[in-house]
Amino acid sequence: MIRQLLFLALILLLSGPAATRTLHVGPGQSYSSIRRALDAAGTGDRIIVHAGTYQECPVVIDRSITLSGYGLPILDAQGEREGVIIEADSVTVEGFEIRHTGYSYIEDRAGIRVKRNKAFTIRNNRLILTFFGIYLEHARSGVVENNAILGKPLGEANSGNGIHLWYCSEVDIRNNLIRGHRDGIYFEFATDSRIRNNISEDNLRYGLHFMFSNDDIYTGNTFRENGAGVAVMFSRRIRMLHNLFHLNWGQAAYGLLLKEIYDAEIRENTFQKNTIGIFTEGSNRIHYEDNDFLQNGWAVKVAGGCDQNTFIRNNFIGNSFDFAAIGNMSSNRIEQNFWGDYTGYDLDKDGTGDVPYRPVKLFNYIVDQTPETIILMRSLLVEILNFSEKVSPVLTPADVSDALPRMHRYGR
Amino acid sequence: MLRIIRYSFADLIRSRWLYFYTGFYLVLTGALFLISADLSKVMVSLMNAILFIVPLVALLFGVMVQYYTREFTELLLAQPLPRRSIFLGQYLGIATALAMSFLLGAGIPFILSGIFLSGEIWNFSILLLSGVLLSYIFSALGYLLALMHDNRIRGFGLAIVIWLILAVIYDGLFLLGLAWFSDYPLERVAIGVTLFNPIDLARILILLKLDISALMGYTGAVFNRFLGTSTGMGLALVVLATWAIVPVTLIRTISLKKDF
Repeated sequence: MIRQLLFLALILLLSGPAATRTLHVGPGQSYSSIRRALDAAGTGDRIIVHAGTYQECPVVIDRSITLSGYGLPILDAQGEREGVIIEADSVTVEGFEIRHTGYSYIEDRAGIRVKRNKAFTIRNNRLILTFFGIYLEHARSGVVENNAILGKPLGEANSGNGIHLWYCSEVDIRNNLIRGHRDGIYFEFATDSRIRNNISEDNLRYGLHFMFSNDDIYTGNTFRENGAGVAVMFSRRIRMLHNLFHLNWGQAAYGLLLKEIYDAEIRENTFQKNTIGIFTEGSNRIHYEDNDFLQNGWAVKVAGGCDQNTFIRNNFIGNSFDFAAIGNMSSNRIEQNFWGDYTGYDLDKDGTGDVPYRPVKLFNYIVDQTPETIILMRSLLVEILNFSEKVSPVLTPADVSDALPRMHRYGR
Repeated sequence: MLRIIRYSFADLIRSRWLYFYTGFYLVLTGALFLISADLSKVMVSLMNAILFIVPLVALLFGVMVQYYTREFTELLLAQPLPRRSIFLGQYLGIATALAMSFLLGAGIPFILSGIFLSGEIWNFSILLLSGVLLSYIFSALGYLLALMHDNRIRGFGLAIVIWLILAVIYDGLFLLGLAWFSDYPLERVAIGVTLFNPIDLARILILLKLDISALMGYTGAVFNRFLGTSTGMGLALVVLATWAIVPVTLIRTISLKKDF
């Protein structure tokens, strides 16, 4: 009987709230180093690290704890190590500044690495000059939020990705600022994840990059001045909503690059001042709806092998070229868009033009054949050529045509 | 010579046609602003108008003024004045009057729209500068034509032919050439060819400021590397100036020899 009571008491002691403790690290606190506090901590404990600079990277977290910085303590990796490595489930890392992992040609060194576990939370950190910022491998059900990941791009070979996912699922990435990496956010074999309200800018290659990743959604993000805004490749069922693709300029710059993707949805995005708003190749069953294409070089450029795509209710305003298409477009549907250059009329006043609009101009076609002819853009000759082609189309593809062009732009 | 410039300038300033010309730009630019509040869009539309109309009007004005002031010119020739200053004075008077009316007509709506508050002021000055240079170039060509041909119909006809060539036919041949030799790298050739046509050159100068995103492909990059830099820009301006200086020199030579 007494033994049973003792056993019960022991269970209560272990499972009760008294079991989680708070450990303080810092000058004048009970622990002088993070590593000591980690060794002493048990499951569910909270370690508070007070302001100061700590040169004990990599900080390896091998049990389920919360590691909080108080007053933005600095973890300095001194140019040759990783910052924090999470090796257990249910770990939270918040409020740190992690610096200087240095770059390496041999290993993908990261500011914060999550290895083969789940239910992690990484928030309110600043990562300065880390090679890879936050590196998630075989991780799932985690959150990455409110982090600022600021790098300094050197070249594609010696800069890493801001947030890197490799075989992950159900990860939430929100409200982060990512600047100066190779890819801002990189997804490879990452599924069922959400990317919300991030800003990704000044990255060498892509603001956001999907490879072999299915069923993800990104919404409300801003992609600005990257080599290309977003690249989605070899992926299925990606949803892209309410994003802003802005100022992605350069010789091979795109707002959004789609390659071999299927069943995607692109809705209510704004593409403004990109060299090419959307470039799509070999992508099928993509639904483009309610997007704004403003002041781009080319709004949409469709290369070969694109079938059963729908372009509906988009605004095309002030683009140098609205649409370029190579190859057969007959299985695609282009309908009810507003085209800034539309010159047709609407006799029955139903808001829909009575004459179909053909967004591919003759000059468009010529430029595709001989790129140098771009030098004749906006010359009188080109206007005359476009006009005569419009009157009696010969060269421009007949299957790229909007039968129901809108007379007024869609208000959003 | 200054007096002749002033006289010829004042003569044109009083002319109905010049009011009409200024009014045209006022209405055009004002209307563009009413239709669209987007400054850069207004500039693109205005660019089309400038490249189309400024050369044509300047050519015809050059021809016209030289023909219709022929008697007055002969009167001046009877005076103890150097020929150089009579003819150059007349030309400079016409060209300055045209450039001024263009500047006023296109400039006032822009200033009213608050161009000085926006970042577009540099692009806008390129636009105005191209218009002014084109005025000087083409009125010189027109004046020269009228001086060379006493037959008025031939003079006007040639003026229109020259305009057609530079505005349309040149580009047509250029386009054919580019398409024909498209297997070769043509970027440098294309830059060279544009230098020989003032309308094209002015267009590229403005485009590089306005429409740069579409030009930024590989070809665009080559152009931009050349014309986008201050050296390229300087060279373009020098070539445009040459386009004005050569006809003016010819005006001078011919006027010295011509028997009236």
